Amino acid sequence: MNAPEPDEVTLPWWEATRERRLLVQRCSCGHAQHPPRALCTACGATEGLGWLDASGEAAVDACTVVQRAMPGFTPPYVVARVRLAEGVLLLSNVVTDEPGAVGIGDPLRLDWRPLPDGRALPVFVPLERHER
Amino acid sequence: MTAVAIAGAAESDLGVTGRSILGLQTQAVTRALADAGLTLADVDGVATTGVSRFSATQLAEYLGLRPSWTDSTFAGGSAFEMYVARAVQAIEAGQCSTVVVSFASNQRSARSRSLGGVVETHTPEAQFETPYGPLYPISYYAMAAQQYLHRYGGTREQLAEVAVAAREWALLNPAAYRHGAGPLSAAEVLAAPMVSTPLTSADCCLVTDGGGAIVLTSLERARDLRRPPVRVLGYGERTTNTSMTAVGDLTVTGAVEAGRDAFARAGLTPADVDVAEVYDSFTITVVLTLEALGFCGRGEALDWIAGGRIRPGGDFPLDTSGGGLSYCHPGQYGVLLLVEAVRQLRGECGERQVPGAEVALAHGTGGILSTHATVLLGVDR
Ligand SMILES: [Zn+2]
Repeated sequence: MNAPEPDEVTLPWWEATRERRLLVQRCSCGHAQHPPRALCTACGATEGLGWLDASGEAAVDACTVVQRAMPGFTPPYVVARVRLAEGVLLLSNVVTDEPGAVGIGDPLRLDWRPLPDGRALPVFVPLERHER
Repeated sequence: MTAVAIAGAAESDLGVTGRSILGLQTQAVTRALADAGLTLADVDGVATTGVSRFSATQLAEYLGLRPSWTDSTFAGGSAFEMYVARAVQAIEAGQCSTVVVSFASNQRSARSRSLGGVVETHTPEAQFETPYGPLYPISYYAMAAQQYLHRYGGTREQLAEVAVAAREWALLNPAAYRHGAGPLSAAEVLAAPMVSTPLTSADCCLVTDGGGAIVLTSLERARDLRRPPVRVLGYGERTTNTSMTAVGDLTVTGAVEAGRDAFARAGLTPADVDVAEVYDSFTITVVLTLEALGFCGRGEALDWIAGGRIRPGGDFPLDTSGGGLSYCHPGQYGVLLLVEAVRQLRGECGERQVPGAEVALAHGTGGILSTHATVLLGVDR
C-alpha cells in the first residue's frame, strides 16, 4: 500500500498524526465532519473551518471481517465504520485476535499504526471488559 | 407517463466470450437495432459507459456515428436507468430521435476485476478508506447486511433466499451463466467461501463478460416499428455517496426517493408492478431495495420474500433472468435489467415468462449503494 497523499485541505489532519492526535474538522456553525473538506456540508461556509482533537472514545457502527486476501493485507481482519464520540464516522480497522467477536456497538479505544514517513493511521482496539 | 418507448432490446454474447469490449458493444447495438427494425443510420443518440474515458464518443466513432446527443454519466450499474430518463428528455425535447443505450464488458475474459476496486489516488477515499483494506464494493454491502440483520433480527439463511430464487429463475433461462448448474440451497449459500462477513461468494454476483442494448424512440414512431412498443412510464433517481462513511444508516438507501419519484411520474404504486428487475449485486442489495421501493415495510423484506414469493410461480416475480447472481454480471449490469423487463412485457420469455405482465420495474444500483435509479415500463394499451 502506498502512503496516503494529503492535499491542501487534509494536510493538517495528516500532520497531526505524527503527534498521534486524531483531528476532526469542525465548522464555526458547530458541525463536525470527516473526511476534512474545503467547505462545511451543513452551512456551506468555506471559512471558519477548524479542528478539534478527538477524545479517542469510539464505538463500532458496522463492521465486517475480510476473509479474502488483498495485496498488502493479511486476512482475516476487521474493517469497521467507527463512530467517534464527536459524532463523525471513520472507516478504520479494529485490531484484535478475535475478529469474529467484534460487533455493532462495541466500545473501542484509539490506537495508531505507524506509516514509514512518521505519520500514522488511526486504528481502534476493543475495550477490555474491565475498561468499559 | 412519457411519450417515449423502447423499440428494441438485445444481449451481446454473455459469459466467457474472449471478445473485446467494442466487439461486444457492436453485437449488442446491432442486435437491438435489428430487433427494432432499425439501422445504425437511424441512430442520433448514444448513451454508454465503461468503454473508455470518452465512452459515448468512442462508441459513436467506432459505429461510424455523429450523434446529436450523447450521455456517459458514470454511475456504476445504475447508469442505464439514468440514461433512459435522459434519453426520454432528449427525445421529448427534440434533440435526438433514436437513442441506443448500451453496455458491454469482457471483465471475465480480461481478468480486469480486482477485489479492492479501482483506487483513484486524488479522492478522499484513497486517503481515508483504502489504507484499511476494505474489499470494494463487497465490504460496504457486508456492513449494510450486518446492520440490517442486527437491527431486524434476520438470519443469513433468510438472506440467502435471494440467491436461491435467482438460481431457480436461471434454471429457466438458457442464456444464464448458471443455467445448467442445478438448484442452489440456502445451506450451500452459507457454506460457500466467506468473502466479507456475513456475505459468502454465493451472496455475491457473478463476474462474467456480457452486455446489452436498448433502443428508444418516440412512442408514436415505435408503434410503426417491428416490435410492440414498451412505454417508459416513469423514472427517478438519487445519488447519495462515494465514501463508506457518508451515509448514516446503511439500511436505508436512495432507492426510497428514486422509487417515489418514478411511481409519482408514472401515476402508479408498487402494487401495480407485475414483474420487477432489481439490481442484485449482492443478496442484501435486493432486500434493501425492495423495502426502499415500498414493496414491503422496513425490516419486513426477509419475511416477505420467504415461502417462494420471488421464485418462479410466486406472486412477486423478481429478477426473472436469474439476475446478476445467476444469469450474467458484466460489472455494470443495469442495462440487462432493462432488456429483461422489455422481453417480459413483450411476452418473449418462454418458460420464465410472467403471464400477462403489463407493468415492469427496473431498478439499478451503482457503486457502494451510491447511485439509485428506477424506471417503470409498461405495455402500450
Ligand atoms: Zn458550518
